[in-house]
Amino acid sequence: MAKQTPLYPVHAASGAKIVDFAGWDMPIHYGSQLEEHKTVRADAGMFDVSHMLPIDVCGAGAQAFLSILLANNVAKLSEEGRALYSCMLQEDGGVIDDLIVYFFAQDDYRIVVNAGTADKDVAWMREQASKLHGGNVTINPRRDLAIIAVQGPNAQAKVWAALPGTEAAASHLKYFQAARMDELMVCFTGYTGEAGYELIFPAGRAIEVWNALAAQGVAPIGLGARDTLRLEAGMNLYGQDMDESVGPLESGLAWTVDFSGERAFIGRAALEAKAPARQLVGLLLEDRGVLRSHTPVFTAHGEGETTSGSFAPSMNASIAFARVPAGVEVGDKVEVEIRGKRLAARVVKLPFVRRGKVLV
Amino acid sequence: MSIPSNLRYAESHEWIRKEPDNTLTIGITDHAQGALGDIVFLELPEAGRVVKAGEEVAVVESVKAASDIYAPVAGEIIEANTAAVDAPESINTDPYGAWLFKIKPANLDDIDALLDAAGYAKIVDAA
Repeated sequence: MAKQTPLYPVHAASGAKIVDFAGWDMPIHYGSQLEEHKTVRADAGMFDVSHMLPIDVCGAGAQAFLSILLANNVAKLSEEGRALYSCMLQEDGGVIDDLIVYFFAQDDYRIVVNAGTADKDVAWMREQASKLHGGNVTINPRRDLAIIAVQGPNAQAKVWAALPGTEAAASHLKYFQAARMDELMVCFTGYTGEAGYELIFPAGRAIEVWNALAAQGVAPIGLGARDTLRLEAGMNLYGQDMDESVGPLESGLAWTVDFSGERAFIGRAALEAKAPARQLVGLLLEDRGVLRSHTPVFTAHGEGETTSGSFAPSMNASIAFARVPAGVEVGDKVEVEIRGKRLAARVVKLPFVRRGKVLV
Repeated sequence: MSIPSNLRYAESHEWIRKEPDNTLTIGITDHAQGALGDIVFLELPEAGRVVKAGEEVAVVESVKAASDIYAPVAGEIIEANTAAVDAPESINTDPYGAWLFKIKPANLDDIDALLDAAGYAKIVDAA
């Protein structure tokens, strides 16, 4: 039986098309995925992402533990509420999950992980904690919390209008910073390339918060548009663009791995042992058609394949991420094979779209 | 959801309209466009192509996925709807107006084997 978020009754009542996503009954769209996409680029939309899991990592050993657990370095975080995007790696460098870690104090962090990997992540974290630091760290999964992402150029102002006190608490936040107001955590983060917040708060208030946002004209957005928005924004999707079989350096995530100093994070030795043979790049289809995942890609340096691909509503074109041999460069002409036909595509710099502007 | 009674249907969700000149016009049903979601790309057959019944002849792609469209009967493709190629969303807004292609059937009687509206409605209800 599929799991449901506290907002499931609202989605069902609104006529959303519900699909199984990582074992959860989630809305894929509320009518038109294209309209929802455009609403987020032009105004404000909200996503129920309560299937994702906040995990509180606390205790005197928390910072030392996370500096071993994560490929990015939590020691960079010193200002309250600052956040970092990181991979959590296996010893062989494969990606267990990608996540955001928020710093509140050296003994008080919150991590938000993907839904499909949440159980595996918690088990891995507990195993590593018991190996490394014994009783100095507590790992507390917070299934009692809901998460609503509000995204778009008007998202922050609409959150301020919907939820009293949030303007004073959050209007000063920088990107990748969060503020806590009692039990509401307001994070200036997101998965769309637009400004906005991710709100984390007790699940019992989920419907009330959703309705307050709706009353400000924030439109509900399904997972379908979430996928096209994140693809345009150049953001990876775990399980599609990277997983346990591939490392961050071959997944466009080298910028999230901190090799400075001697920090012995899990996976470091494997990543340093061999230079990446492949890389993840952006592709723009120049012929007519639609790229999907696992489309073969032919380059002057050898073959690769797309990992995520779609029609890009903001661009009226088709785009993809592709894992291709090292040596392929931005601007290169490549070919893709769709239904037996070779079509022209071009390697482009990511992201494709940011803050409502098409960049390629 | 609409299933006009004057059309014939294939189990694979194409509609077929017999024209006065005994050619067939083919599109996808209201049910099919709703299931696919926002349609963004069409790949339609060239005129002159000779096709078998059940042969893949076109592709309709929504934001989510690509779907094959099959020839409901054997025959020759005589025209593709280029206006729909330029406005794929017209399939969503007007599924029975925005046709995909026309076939000159090898044997006009073949359409008798296709579903009528009541038969197609049963398939949709069972889906």
